[in-house]
Amino acid sequence: MTTSEDRIAALLADALAVVPMRPWSRYEVETMAFEAIAQALGQGEREMLGLWAESGMVHLAVRRIGEAPCVVSTAVIDGRFPSVGVRHAPAIRPERAIRDLFGYEPVDAPDLRPWLDHGAWTLAGPLGRRGDPVPRHPADYPMLPVTGDGLHEIPVGPVHAGIIEPGHFRFTANGETVVRLEERLGYVHKGIDGLLTDVPLERAGKVVARVSGDSTVAASFAFARAVEAALGLDVPRRATVIRGVMAELERLANHFGDIGAICNDAAFAIMLAHCGIFREKILAASAAVFAHRLMMDTIVPGGVTANITAEGARLIVATLDEITPAFEEIVRLYEDTPSIQDRTCGTGHLAADLAVRFAAGGPVGRASARDFDARRDLAYAPYAGHAFEVPVLTAGDVDARVQIRIREVAASMKLIREWLRALPEGPTLAPVPDAAAPAEGIAVTEAFRGDLLVWLRLLPGRKVARCHVRDASWFQWPLLEAAIENNIVADFPLCNKSFNCSYSGADL
Amino acid sequence: MVATEGRDLAPMRTLILKSLFAKPVTVPAPDASAAALDEVGRALEDRVRRVYGRSLSIREVDAGSCNGCELEIHALNNAVYDCERFGLKFVASPRHADVLMVTGPVARNMKVALERTFAATPDPKFVVAVGDCAAGCGVFGESYAVVGSVDQVIPVDLTLRGCPPRPIDLLQGLIALVDKASGRTGR
Repeated sequence: MTTSEDRIAALLADALAVVPMRPWSRYEVETMAFEAIAQALGQGEREMLGLWAESGMVHLAVRRIGEAPCVVSTAVIDGRFPSVGVRHAPAIRPERAIRDLFGYEPVDAPDLRPWLDHGAWTLAGPLGRRGDPVPRHPADYPMLPVTGDGLHEIPVGPVHAGIIEPGHFRFTANGETVVRLEERLGYVHKGIDGLLTDVPLERAGKVVARVSGDSTVAASFAFARAVEAALGLDVPRRATVIRGVMAELERLANHFGDIGAICNDAAFAIMLAHCGIFREKILAASAAVFAHRLMMDTIVPGGVTANITAEGARLIVATLDEITPAFEEIVRLYEDTPSIQDRTCGTGHLAADLAVRFAAGGPVGRASARDFDARRDLAYAPYAGHAFEVPVLTAGDVDARVQIRIREVAASMKLIREWLRALPEGPTLAPVPDAAAPAEGIAVTEAFRGDLLVWLRLLPGRKVARCHVRDASWFQWPLLEAAIENNIVADFPLCNKSFNCSYSGADL
Repeated sequence: MVATEGRDLAPMRTLILKSLFAKPVTVPAPDASAAALDEVGRALEDRVRRVYGRSLSIREVDAGSCNGCELEIHALNNAVYDCERFGLKFVASPRHADVLMVTGPVARNMKVALERTFAATPDPKFVVAVGDCAAGCGVFGESYAVVGSVDQVIPVDLTLRGCPPRPIDLLQGLIALVDKASGRTGR
């Protein structure tokens, strides 16, 4: 282990630390070094934070537990780059996305089926090669073969029965038991990486806020921090605390929604009824204080565009006061009702080693023993130096994912109360200077569903040369396929909701 | 399996009893916005009764949204907005729907699915384009991956703007739709 560790450290020491990226380093390495780092990912010596491309270059964000992450980049040579997926499975889908978006070939890749390109675009490799498209019917997609006696397939989607996002699920079942689930996503691909190439800074901020509507605060938070890191810009203390309040309100709203919806998918509708009210109260308070129910476009580079008045702070605290006892009551109901426990306990088990291998963030990872929270482990303002509970469980089932959310609700409420008790005075927005030269920034925030990474390069003239947003869903979707195995088809909605991955956030 | 013996069923009993005797959380009428919601709801109910015999079945289709609009459409079903009290019901299949509520700029990858969903919805049917993206692509225009606004793919009867539109906006919009429906049926 130490030998290979030394090898990677040596490889990075030899590499050029390129255009200053802040706060972490970015190294440009040769093909062979890139392969060695991919190998280290596969051997569990590093975890992957993201894999994306820009014109002529592939970027891989990695982290060794307990250390700061770094980005390793390699040039695309003759339209080819070394496959990370062949060495580390979590990279397969990001790699397929790069191949579709840029037309770059991952050498030795284990899966070359198109991922985002369903044969309907006006260009092939729209961000790189820009070739003529080869139109295909959307259903023309080879699913992985499953063979055996008595197996049957159940195709579901892209249009689903509920008010949810589109995606296709192909179940292979033996009677009621799921033998395999294969996901096919990409239906809501809007070309976000393209819309985040050579755009004015303001415009980029608006697009990032709409990568996944439920995580708009977390995405804008990461985007703003990446811009501020690139420019070396300090944010007023009051602004960082307001950002924290918004991020935790977003977590509360989503966790309430999820806890209710998971139970509803096990036909325990009373939880949804109550959690729906809690969620609505949080959104109403957010609208009253920040003038937008989802707090969209409120976090901007330099600070925030809304302030919290004394009255606003009182309203938020009063809302939490009102919710707390009622929430405790329905948590008792959840825990003491055998009919719901029978559905959630032991269902949709995600093995801890898979959670680690895929660096699964958020409640999905923490319910399967992966003790990681970007707020604590890649600490940033206003969380840095603040003690708060990061619940971790080992059961890895639907119940554990519900329990993690329940505990995080309490932790978020505590944080909000503490911040509002001592809200620092001062300005809420610092002027954003123009970049004097190309400058890169990177940031990870903890969205309600897990770590969310934003990387960008700024150019003089208040422009974004390239920006990439990586939602936690990228590394959670593949795990859902594993978690549903050997469960009954009827428990799929329950398992799916307990993951609650974003379609838009991963389809981009 | 979870053992059922020794479990205390009191929380369920207490909660249900409380809920039975509690005042409805569905917004009553004290402040202005609550009054507006109540008013909107009743006006809608009268018209829905006339045109569709008390009910309007809605099928939601995400054609490329960021999910923000879905969150707010979802809220119509919660106890606060409780759209079912006005005869508005979300259904699981386009074959059961009177109305398609479509969100998002239409992603090229969703075009065929949207067209098929529209074709599967029986006449008479209405299409409501929900959100700034459905209305005019929002921030997602100028992309190789986007066809355009919803009306470039299927005929749209009503557009409800907002990013995302608030649930109250959606309710107000549905009244306008029923107005339109009344006009069509000559009543």
